[in-house]
Amino acid sequence: MAEKLNEFMKNMLLIRLFVRELKKERRKIFLTIAGIAWGTLTIILLLSFGQGLSTQMLRGQKGLGNNIVLMFGGQTSMEYKGLPQGRPIRFLDDDVTLLENSIPEIDNITAEYDQWGTVYKYNDKAVTERIRGVSSMAYDDMRSHFPQKGGRFLNNNDMKERRRVIFIGWELKKQLFESEDAVGKTILMNDIPFTVVGVLQKKMQMGMYGGPDANCAVIPASTFRGIFSNYYLSRIIYQVNDIDKSKYVEQQVRRVLSRKKQYHPDDNNTLHFWDTIENAKQTRIAFTGITIFLGVIGAMTLIIASVGVANIMYVTVKKRTREIGIKRAIGAKKSLIKTQFITEALLIDLVGGFIGASISWLIIKAVQSIPQESADFGKNMALQILTNPEFDWTVAISTGIILGLVGLLSGFFPARKAAQVDPMVALHYE
Amino acid sequence: MIRMEKIRKIYSTGKVDVEALRGVNLHIKKGDFVTVIGPSGSGKSTLMNIMGCLDKPTTGDYILNGTNIKNLNDNQLSELRNHEIGFVFQNFNLLPYASAYENVEMPLLFAGVGGKKRKQKVEAILNKVGLSDRMDHRPNELSGGQKQRVAIARALVNDPNIILADEPTGNLDSHSGREIMELFVNLWQEGHTIVMITHDPRAKEYTDNFVNITDGKILREELVA
Ligand SMILES: Nc1ncnc2c1ncn2[C@@H]1O[C@H](COP(=O)(O)OP(=O)(O)OP(=O)(O)O)[C@@H](O)[C@H]1O
Ligand SMILES: [Mg+2]
Repeated sequence: MAEKLNEFMKNMLLIRLFVRELKKERRKIFLTIAGIAWGTLTIILLLSFGQGLSTQMLRGQKGLGNNIVLMFGGQTSMEYKGLPQGRPIRFLDDDVTLLENSIPEIDNITAEYDQWGTVYKYNDKAVTERIRGVSSMAYDDMRSHFPQKGGRFLNNNDMKERRRVIFIGWELKKQLFESEDAVGKTILMNDIPFTVVGVLQKKMQMGMYGGPDANCAVIPASTFRGIFSNYYLSRIIYQVNDIDKSKYVEQQVRRVLSRKKQYHPDDNNTLHFWDTIENAKQTRIAFTGITIFLGVIGAMTLIIASVGVANIMYVTVKKRTREIGIKRAIGAKKSLIKTQFITEALLIDLVGGFIGASISWLIIKAVQSIPQESADFGKNMALQILTNPEFDWTVAISTGIILGLVGLLSGFFPARKAAQVDPMVALHYE
Repeated sequence: MIRMEKIRKIYSTGKVDVEALRGVNLHIKKGDFVTVIGPSGSGKSTLMNIMGCLDKPTTGDYILNGTNIKNLNDNQLSELRNHEIGFVFQNFNLLPYASAYENVEMPLLFAGVGGKKRKQKVEAILNKVGLSDRMDHRPNELSGGQKQRVAIARALVNDPNIILADEPTGNLDSHSGREIMELFVNLWQEGHTIVMITHDPRAKEYTDNFVNITDGKILREELVA
């Protein structure tokens, strides 16, 4: 301990001397530190925005759904057991039950009906929009349909008892109710009274079919069937219990339905899958790639800056040959000289790094403080994606490691040169 | 204390080899005040650098306090320079950005002497060379004589066994030169061992222990030993 403290004091004096000497080189040092600060700034901003971009993209994809696969019917392209090709494949309510019962890897599954041009009325306001009927109360988790405070999503009793309850998107709510509270109120849907049980929480939604959830409303599938004449489902949506099994489950679905609907098991045109799990994985991979790419660009900037540090250290070694010789003559070991130069390079590096990190932190905070709540999520998605840089530990640690390496590298070679100074020659150096 | 046997030093610079020392034998006892004289280029500084472990002889043995220098590695030589030897140069060789105090402090730092003791030692030694009122001055704020006092304080601060001085008065006017000479004489009288290269004729007033080097060889070796 005492030894460490002593070592520290020793370096303090040496650093003090170094700082004095550097005052003579103010301009050069200033430029070097600015270079390191700039490099640090670049790397942190690139990594933070990259990370934020990736998180926002994934969040935006979650707006469509949480690890779900959407399934649409197609048509046969092969003859099978005397049945012709070109036969449309469409889903019925009992297909959902069949799949749920025969494929254990499916966690949740729902039927979904769509109807366009429904008229919603509340007091004197009327809006023409879409409506959806859904059969699973887990739809809220599957399709990110979480209620705003005070409301709820459709529940099992709603489904069983064919209740006339409705869960509405926030845009639709705004158009009908403006700032009024909607939950518990009755609205007319094609002149049939429905009770609003919940309003969809605002969310960022990147993937969509038909239109954004914000403008849509959801009712129980059982109620839907009693009102509209749709015989076929618009689609089936399911969630698998293991995201690595989505491909396997797809095969199972094809197999199970091929028996029921009598099509060739290898006929891939009968069913179309929109696998958001696979999409999310690819997004994550793509953005990891982008983040690494951005990080590498930042690191290169930093490395170039570190060449500047190395250069100035080389110059000081040359200028200080005599000083090194004096120190060696009065008993400084090579290792001390080496440590000294590395410490000095690290010092320049750390000061620059600290300045760069502080500035980037301020920039990130400023960008983050751009108000999000008032932003219209549907329309300003680009803004939302860009204004969410994340300055997290991964960014800080990777920047720190790169800075440290750069500092050591820029100090190492000059330090080695310094340690090799021959005191004899140095003392006669004029 | 110092024993040199058949020391030869050859500098190889490009084409020509310069034989700066051609078989020097020398013996210096504790408490001696030895003056090295000789014409320019005769090898005095070379001998001094070897004695101060700044350089190694090409052949021959240098035994300092019973240790043969050629068996030591760089770290051990550094320690030897730090603890056993105090070097005073003609051109002072002070660190320009350090104050008088800090220059003197430096060898103690390398020796790992702790805070309070270090302060006491530095102050005591600066007091001894008469610079207690100049401790915070940088070398460029000091006169030649004062600079050389700082250098002497620095050489003394680690209580070395031997003080080596290469023309310590060479860059000084005759008045400061005399003062510095007297300082060395005082140190000798206190019991320090001193080896000094000098052209200063006044050296004769203080010692008759001369080593006369000419052309890399010691003349009148019988006077030494
Ligand atoms: N580093 C060196 N490389 C090559 N030759 C050297 C080196 N140092 C000294 N010499 C040569 O060795 C010889 C002795 O030099 P040295 O410096 O020991 O002389 P000196 O007696 O101290 O002279 P002066 O009185 O002028 O200081 C000279 O011929 C000199 O040119
Ligand atoms: Mg000389």
